[in-house]
Amino acid sequence: MLRLEGIHAGYGPTTILHDVSLEVKRGEVVTIVGANGAGKTTTLRTIAGLIQPTEGRIFFEDRDITSTPAHEVVDLGITLIPEGRQLFADMTVEENLLMGAYRKEARSRQAETLEHVLSLFPRVRERLSQSAGSLSGGEQQMVAIARGMMARPSILMFDEPSLGLAPIIVQQVFEVIKAVTSTGTTVLIVEQNVFNTLKASDRGYVLENGEIVISDTSEALLTNDHVRQAYLGI
Amino acid sequence: METFLQVLVSGLMLGALFAIVSVGLTLIFGIVKVVNFAHGEFLMLGMYLVYLFTTKLGIHPLLTSVIVAPLLFVAGVATQRFIIQPLMSARDDHIQIFATVGLSTALINLALLLFGADIANTPASGLRTPITIGPVRVLLGQLVILAVSIMLVIGLQAFLKRTQTGRAIRAVAQNRAAAQLMGINVNRIYMLTFGIGAACVGLAASMVAPLYPTSPNIGTYFVLTAFVVVVLGGLGSLTGAFAGAMIIGLIDSFAGFYIGSDVREVVVFGMFLLILILKPSGLFSNRLSLSHVSP
Repeated sequence: MLRLEGIHAGYGPTTILHDVSLEVKRGEVVTIVGANGAGKTTTLRTIAGLIQPTEGRIFFEDRDITSTPAHEVVDLGITLIPEGRQLFADMTVEENLLMGAYRKEARSRQAETLEHVLSLFPRVRERLSQSAGSLSGGEQQMVAIARGMMARPSILMFDEPSLGLAPIIVQQVFEVIKAVTSTGTTVLIVEQNVFNTLKASDRGYVLENGEIVISDTSEALLTNDHVRQAYLGI
Repeated sequence: METFLQVLVSGLMLGALFAIVSVGLTLIFGIVKVVNFAHGEFLMLGMYLVYLFTTKLGIHPLLTSVIVAPLLFVAGVATQRFIIQPLMSARDDHIQIFATVGLSTALINLALLLFGADIANTPASGLRTPITIGPVRVLLGQLVILAVSIMLVIGLQAFLKRTQTGRAIRAVAQNRAAAQLMGINVNRIYMLTFGIGAACVGLAASMVAPLYPTSPNIGTYFVLTAFVVVVLGGLGSLTGAFAGAMIIGLIDSFAGFYIGSDVREVVVFGMFLLILILKPSGLFSNRLSLSHVSP
C-alpha cells in the first residue's frame, strides 16, 4: 500500500534519513522503533509531504507521491497525527474535528464520521464546545487522534502519541490506538513506548542514525537481543 | 451641548470611515502575517476605478462596488500569488514588507502616469446630502459608511466562524503546518484572504470616492491612520479594528475641535506611540484574536 524506496531526506543541508526503504501493507500495523534523533519523525513528515526527499521514491497504492504537496497527500488518504498534537488551540474541539474532515472524501460523510468517532471518545464528546487549548494533555491527544480519524484515511500515521503524558493516560491512548487498529485501518506508528507499541503491531523497523538496521515481525523484535538491550532496557 | 453632540457624531462618522478602510488591512495581517503597505494604494486604485465608472459610464458610485470590489479581489490575489508567495520562503520576513512598500510606490507612480497629479472628483450622486437628526447634522454618505462598515465586520466574522472555508482560514492562521495536515492548500487560503482583504478596501472605495477627492497620494493619507487603528485594535482583530477606528475617530474629532485642527495628527500619532510603548499588543486583544472570533 505504502512503499518507501531508498529515501534520503532532511532539513536544509542536514541529511537525516539515509537510504530508508520500508513498506506498509493494507490492514497492517507497523511500528518504527528508534532513539531520539534517529529520524522517526522525519520519516513520517517525509511521507506526509511536509519534507521533500532529496533522493528516493515514495509510492502509495502504486502511485508515485514523492513530490506530491502535503495537502494533496491528505486527499489521497494518508493522514499524519503529528507529534505534540498540533491542535488549533483557539478553535473549539468540534471545529478541530470538522477541520479533520476537510478532505474531499470525508467532507460529505462528516456527520456520520463524527458520530462514529465520538462513540470511541466519550470524553471528547463532553468537551465539544470547549476551546481545544483549554484541555489537558491527555484530552488533547484524544482530540488529535479523533481529528485524524475524521479524515477517514486509508492509512493513519501516529507520531509519538504518548509523548509527555502521564502513565495512566498513556494506557488510555494505547486502548484508543487498539480500537483504531481493530477497525482494520492501516497504521504506521512511531512511539518511544516500544514494548506497548510492538505488542499492538504486526511488524516493526528499527531506525538508527537515519538508517533501517532491523526489519522483522513485532514478535521477533520483542525477543531480539539488540532491541531488548537498546530499547526495552532488559 | 449641541456642539459637543455634533463633534461626537462627527467623530463616530470619521471612525466608521477609518474602520471600513482598516478591516481588510487587519484581515491580511491576521492571516497572511504580512503588513501590506500597499493597502492605501489599493484604496486609491479603487477610488480611481469608481471615478472612471461614475464619470464615463454614469453608474451610481455605490453600485460601482459590484465591479470594483471583485476587481480589487483579483488585484489582491495576484499580489499574494506573484509578489508575496515567491518571497514566503525567504529567510527574512521583512523582505515581504519591503516588497509591499515597493508595490505601493509603483502604484502611486502608475496613477501619476495614468491620471496625472490633478484631483479627480467623483460625482457625489446625493451622498453629500446633509441629514439632520435632532441637533446634529451628518452626510448621507457617512451614514452609508457606518452601516456598511458594521455589516462588513459582522459578515466577515460570520464567514470566518460558520463556513468551512472560513474555519480553514482561521486554521491556517493558527497553525500552518497542522492546517496542511488537514488537507488545506495553504497557498490558496493566503490568496483568498489577500483577495478578500483587497476587496474590502474596494468596497470602501465606492463609498469614500464620492466624499473625498481622489489623487495618487490619497492612499497614504488614509492608510497611515489605518495602521494606527489596526495597532490600537490588536493586529489581526476585526472587532478590535472597528473599536480602534471609533476611538481614533473620536480623538481626531475632539482634538480637532477643542484643541485646534493643527494638532489633530499630533494627538493621534502621539497616542499611537504611547500604545506601542505601553501596550504593543493593542488595547483590545492579542495577535491571535482573528482566531477567536466570538459571536
